[in-house]
Amino acid sequence: MKAFLKILSFIGLLLTMIPPVLIFLGKIDLETTKLLMTLGMVAWFSTAPFWINKKE
Amino acid sequence: MPSTLFKKVIQEANEYERTPVPTKNLKSWRSFLGMYAGEHTAGTEFVIGPLFVAHGVAAGDLISGLLIGNLLAVLSWGLITAPIATQKRLTLYYQLERIVGKRLVAGYNLVNALMFCFLAGSMIAVSATAVGIPFGLEMPTLTDWVPRTSGWIITVILMGAVITLVAIQGYSYVARFANLMAPWMILIFVGAGLIGLSQLGVNSWESLISISNEVIWTGIPLEGMSKFTIWHIIFFAWFCNMAMHIGMSDLTILRYARSWKYGFLSFAGMYIGHFFAWIASGILYAVFLQANASSSAFAPGEIAFQTAGIAGAVCVIVAGWTTANPTIYRAGLALQGIFPKTATWKITAIVGGITSLAACFPALVMKLLDFVALYGLLLMPMGAVIFADFYFAKRFGFQSEQALNDKKSFSIPSFIAWVLTLIICLGLNQFYGLEIFFLGLPGWFIAVALFVGLSKVYYPTAKLKMA
Repeated sequence: MKAFLKILSFIGLLLTMIPPVLIFLGKIDLETTKLLMTLGMVAWFSTAPFWINKKE
Repeated sequence: MPSTLFKKVIQEANEYERTPVPTKNLKSWRSFLGMYAGEHTAGTEFVIGPLFVAHGVAAGDLISGLLIGNLLAVLSWGLITAPIATQKRLTLYYQLERIVGKRLVAGYNLVNALMFCFLAGSMIAVSATAVGIPFGLEMPTLTDWVPRTSGWIITVILMGAVITLVAIQGYSYVARFANLMAPWMILIFVGAGLIGLSQLGVNSWESLISISNEVIWTGIPLEGMSKFTIWHIIFFAWFCNMAMHIGMSDLTILRYARSWKYGFLSFAGMYIGHFFAWIASGILYAVFLQANASSSAFAPGEIAFQTAGIAGAVCVIVAGWTTANPTIYRAGLALQGIFPKTATWKITAIVGGITSLAACFPALVMKLLDFVALYGLLLMPMGAVIFADFYFAKRFGFQSEQALNDKKSFSIPSFIAWVLTLIICLGLNQFYGLEIFFLGLPGWFIAVALFVGLSKVYYPTAKLKMA
């Protein structure tokens, strides 16, 4: 389960990181970029809390 | 931004408040790398980058200035703060108490706490610029000193109340939330910068150079703003954390370092937060100015929302929050040193109240560069005193740790060095027109010279030998 959540979290980070690169390369428009980054944010914040502080 | 290391330091503060940190409790270099990267990519970065644009910095001056200034800051941590921290392994407050005495430390704590309140207040105001977007809140402008609308006051007070309530609950929750924020926020800064560049029409190296020079960092200040040169950038980048390096605040953190060389790990914070993040937030402001040429609003929330959408606005809210919260906590700790018998929650509530009140005034955001410089300048002389005590006591023949050895609660040389340095700096500012950003360097040498000279008079080593 933890591994699955980690994968979702990293997908969230990828959705935060890749759309800006794509818009910079002229592959997608601004609205799509903002939407994907919002989805990335939701994915990160809804999954990362379950594993990121678990060592402490 | 708080980190696991800072949390650990807070938890262990009582344990090693007046004793050196034992070897078994020292931390690895990874802890310091993460702490510096996180702490210096924070809410303030959303304000500093745009203010550089507003002050008309030229692109070449910005890049060169940041490279040089940040290098000087890293060297200050590595060569001035860390060697003392790893030899003494004491908190700033206890180290200072041994030299300047308990009563003078109380005065230092009071100034420190007030500065922390104002810094936290500016961060609440930054968050409010994002919270206010869905409510159509009228945003403050670059020249605003006092609140523009009652809506702004209500938003800021409500935010301040929520942040204070969370701070009263304890530090742990905020630290965990900040750990969650750090990787995402760094990516948002980089991503938003890229989006901004695409919005400005950058699609090649040549266009990057021309748009940087002609659109973003044009070298022409906005109306009502002073002109910044490369010297402003070098000195601001070097001294914006003056309280922490040459002011020695980071003795408390770096006493946990296995080696003095860990001080150089501050490069992570300087070159991620104080280089890439400042550049990225400057680009966002240029996009905002292009789209809203007639607007004089200066609202980091709106600026980030326009380029990165909801993710950008949320980033501003939490960046401001996660910077404000540990700052309120640190202010509480400083005040607790003066009023040890008062309950922690009461002190936190008072600090939160002062912070919320301060946050109502947009001047704290608009004048953040000046405030940060002032904050460092006010505390720096005490760092110079610690430095001089550590390196020059034997060489110049005065007692080291004079308050401890002489059983005094108030060291006259330290007090005069502190106050007179600030008076001389004020004179340099008022009569010679030296801007606040440049006062730290002469101020540090003045403080060291005054402390050494006065200590030779008040606490000569010969007196100790005769006694």
